[in-house]
Amino acid sequence: MSQALDEIKIGGLGASRRRVEDNRFIRGKGNYTDDVVLPGMLHMEILRSPLAHARIKSIDASKAWDIPGVHLVLTGEMMATRNLAWMPTLSYDTQAVLATDKVRFQGQEVACVIADDPYIAKDACDAIDVEYEPLPPIVNPMQAVAEGAPIIRDDKENQADNIIYNWEVGDAEGTDRAFAQADVISKLHLHYPRSHPSPIECCGSIADFNRSTSKLTVYMTTQAPHIIRAAVALVAELPEHMIRIISPDIGGGFGNKVPVYPGYVCSILASILLERPVKWIEDKSGNLISTGFARDVYLDGELALRSDGKILAMRMHTEADHGAFFADAQPSKFKIGLMHSTFACYDIPVAHLTARGTYTNKAPGGVAYRCSFRVTEAMFFQERMVHAAANDLGMDQAEFRRINFVRDDDFPHRTPLGFLTDSGQYGECLDVGLQAVGYEDFLRQKEEAKANGRLLGIGISTMTEPLGAGNSREYDILGIKMFDSAELRVHMTGKALLRTGARGQGQGHETTWAQIVAHELGIPAEDVTVEEGDTDTAPFGMGTYASRSTPVAGAAIAMVCRKIRAKSRKLAAHLLEVSEEDIDWELGRFYVRSAPDRGVTIQECAMAAYSNMPDGMEPGLENNAYYDPPNLTWPFACYIVTVEVDPQTGVWDVLNMVAVDDCGVRINPMIVEGQIMGGLTEAYAMANMQFITFDAEGNCVGSNYMDYLLPTSWETPGFELHAEVMTPCPHHPIGAKGIGECAAVGGPAAFVNAVMDAIKDTGVRNIDMPLLPDRVWEAITQRHDVSGAPPVHTDD
Amino acid sequence: MTIVYEDHDDQAASDVPVRRIRFTINGQKKIAEVETRLLLAHLIRQGLKLTGTHTGCDTTNCGACTVLVDGRAVKSCTMLAVQADGHEITTVEGLATASELHPLQEGFKEEHGLQCGFCTPGMMMAAKALLDSNPDPTEEDIRWALSGNLCRCTGYQNIVKSVLWAAEKLRSQ
Repeated sequence: MSQALDEIKIGGLGASRRRVEDNRFIRGKGNYTDDVVLPGMLHMEILRSPLAHARIKSIDASKAWDIPGVHLVLTGEMMATRNLAWMPTLSYDTQAVLATDKVRFQGQEVACVIADDPYIAKDACDAIDVEYEPLPPIVNPMQAVAEGAPIIRDDKENQADNIIYNWEVGDAEGTDRAFAQADVISKLHLHYPRSHPSPIECCGSIADFNRSTSKLTVYMTTQAPHIIRAAVALVAELPEHMIRIISPDIGGGFGNKVPVYPGYVCSILASILLERPVKWIEDKSGNLISTGFARDVYLDGELALRSDGKILAMRMHTEADHGAFFADAQPSKFKIGLMHSTFACYDIPVAHLTARGTYTNKAPGGVAYRCSFRVTEAMFFQERMVHAAANDLGMDQAEFRRINFVRDDDFPHRTPLGFLTDSGQYGECLDVGLQAVGYEDFLRQKEEAKANGRLLGIGISTMTEPLGAGNSREYDILGIKMFDSAELRVHMTGKALLRTGARGQGQGHETTWAQIVAHELGIPAEDVTVEEGDTDTAPFGMGTYASRSTPVAGAAIAMVCRKIRAKSRKLAAHLLEVSEEDIDWELGRFYVRSAPDRGVTIQECAMAAYSNMPDGMEPGLENNAYYDPPNLTWPFACYIVTVEVDPQTGVWDVLNMVAVDDCGVRINPMIVEGQIMGGLTEAYAMANMQFITFDAEGNCVGSNYMDYLLPTSWETPGFELHAEVMTPCPHHPIGAKGIGECAAVGGPAAFVNAVMDAIKDTGVRNIDMPLLPDRVWEAITQRHDVSGAPPVHTDD
Repeated sequence: MTIVYEDHDDQAASDVPVRRIRFTINGQKKIAEVETRLLLAHLIRQGLKLTGTHTGCDTTNCGACTVLVDGRAVKSCTMLAVQADGHEITTVEGLATASELHPLQEGFKEEHGLQCGFCTPGMMMAAKALLDSNPDPTEEDIRWALSGNLCRCTGYQNIVKSVLWAAEKLRSQ
């Protein structure tokens, strides 16, 4: 019998295959949007509002037009004549492309200039005179709903206040009844601060309208090129087949590159008007001040507890600050994303969640920053609440979680707010984490340190989160159902080309997707080319965000491979001159069941598909698959952090960080670990330093990298990763679950809980993130909770 | 670098301040005429078409544009092109030879030191400046040397490993 293929050697499932895309990136040969240069290309720059809320009295662009090298100045008025001053958002609201009546946040797009080079375009932006009449700004939801607050969206008919929605889910009466039975009620109030995904590469586009073919090609930084094509078709009223969206290499996305931004729209219009390619590359302050932010939610929660530690019910209210336009990128059915996935890993009989969204004079966005639509806020709230509740009961943090976990034999489990979780071994993950961190030992060390005046703390965060939207029954964006796709062409020599509707931004799709093909067909991964991001060639898909690529597009790849294998089986039967029923499959090869030495490889089948197919069979070996997942996937994670807090300065240092992730089958363990470490770093960033806030005038504090602090290699702690626990997803074709975002979602609470544990004796229940030294110091010395809600006080 | 302007037959066109500079980039001698306000990063990217040097932040924070000027790591977004006159520049494109990758390039691939790849050229150039002066750095040395370069994907742990990998290979050569 022939030697069976070694799946790891051919780069199949479980191989830590080195990345294909690295070959160009390490040589400086990546092809990012700003690297694209087209003949005759012009450059666009945007003039932004210096004020958070003001009426535009006049715009005089005559001096800008006079500058040599300026080809076009666009203002809101000109956009309005083409019905493009406003555009629809992904949440059924409208957003100004270029301001006409008012500016509603600092950094809002007011005008743009198209010139020979970006230097001239910037000069011309400076030469535009805009006269503003300042209006009172609103920088938090409390101001937004206060009596007499100015109406931010006076452009909208029937908008008499600043409230966008009121939404609820769960059982209000049942929750009330459970609270009446409680021995202890634990409460917590938090603000999850406004953050920005801030990939190092900013947003940009090159629009190229060709009058002679009527085709519009747009190279752009988008995580979801097909959604953009649909949006351009609808907004610009261009026929969809005449629009080609190309998403070249993306320098990080993290949700920031999902929405449609005014810069994209303006570059498209400019190219149509000028009939030349127009490039817009945002600068960093433009990116931070105007594009999709994340979080900015106030969370009020209560847990009804029995004295033995059982959680009887959960009640939660969220107050979300959406900025000037409701532009959240999220499934349309859920106003506050998947916030109601909170407490999904705990067995809670009943729960109720209410949510209110408000307009403020801040940038719009509400993107799913490295998370599945607000699950970061949901899990942060959950784990901070659990931490507070265990303390209120005087219980051990680990034990309290263990008592309330959904048990391994209780899947699928229906959560009180309506999700169906699929699988997991929660207790086992916690045990691995506790063992790794040396839990009991650390608790002893902590007590000893306390005797010497040192503050040590330990924080646990355990959570499952919903990753991989759809299914299409419940999840859509602007009515487009959230499935995904793959197309596979096997060439006659057995090499293959795979295309999907996803679009990676560093996740390593070109490497990982080929591994799924290797696993399903036995074609070595190095024989498979992966392409994504060009709407003229890729099958329709919803793109990459919310950890949906492996759960949805990855599943589609497995399914298309199975279609190819089914046809190959017929070809094999023909070549082996037996009936299909008499042959079996092993990796890469069909063989005769009764004579296993007689077989044909997948490559031989491929050759036959083009050269020796049976009578009546359609030639070729290619197919596609559209995959509509039956459910989300539910990875589980246990993150444990130990810290030391300096009581004199409030500075805290991470002593140890242990991460136990159960994300089901790992396609490429090296890449999975890379994703986890990246997520942990963003978690650390949010807990420690990274946030955007506003002063009372609505000035954005955090609109450049000098104010918006990101951790460097110097302060980022080391991480210890564990992969001992593996629960395959029961409904995913290869048992995989999402993983890209778990650490960013579950991580922040572990850091914050650790610091709160270290200062537990102060009686302080909460310090809002980021836990800046002055906030921690204030909590230690003043012994009160510290809020991070804007407006912040500035020195002047 | 040649910048072409629309000629409107007016004073403005003749006012564009241009200077001639001579410099070496990746071992090749060049002459360029540049606007005095042109940033070195833009001369490299647009003038020399070496797009491996990325611009991320405009404020000298992110380090994606890091190149070597006379062997020292410099953020090319805050150096004027005219300041490169008479100097020797190395970009990421100058790391590999025709037949061989630089050990740093190999190390970043081997240790999964990159994801989206945008910060990678700057990271590797900063690391090269370190290894040129300190062939046997500790993890702490590396973390300090790279602290002017931001990465949003990796969490740095694998970047540190990549540089250690390269250092070891360079020492064994």
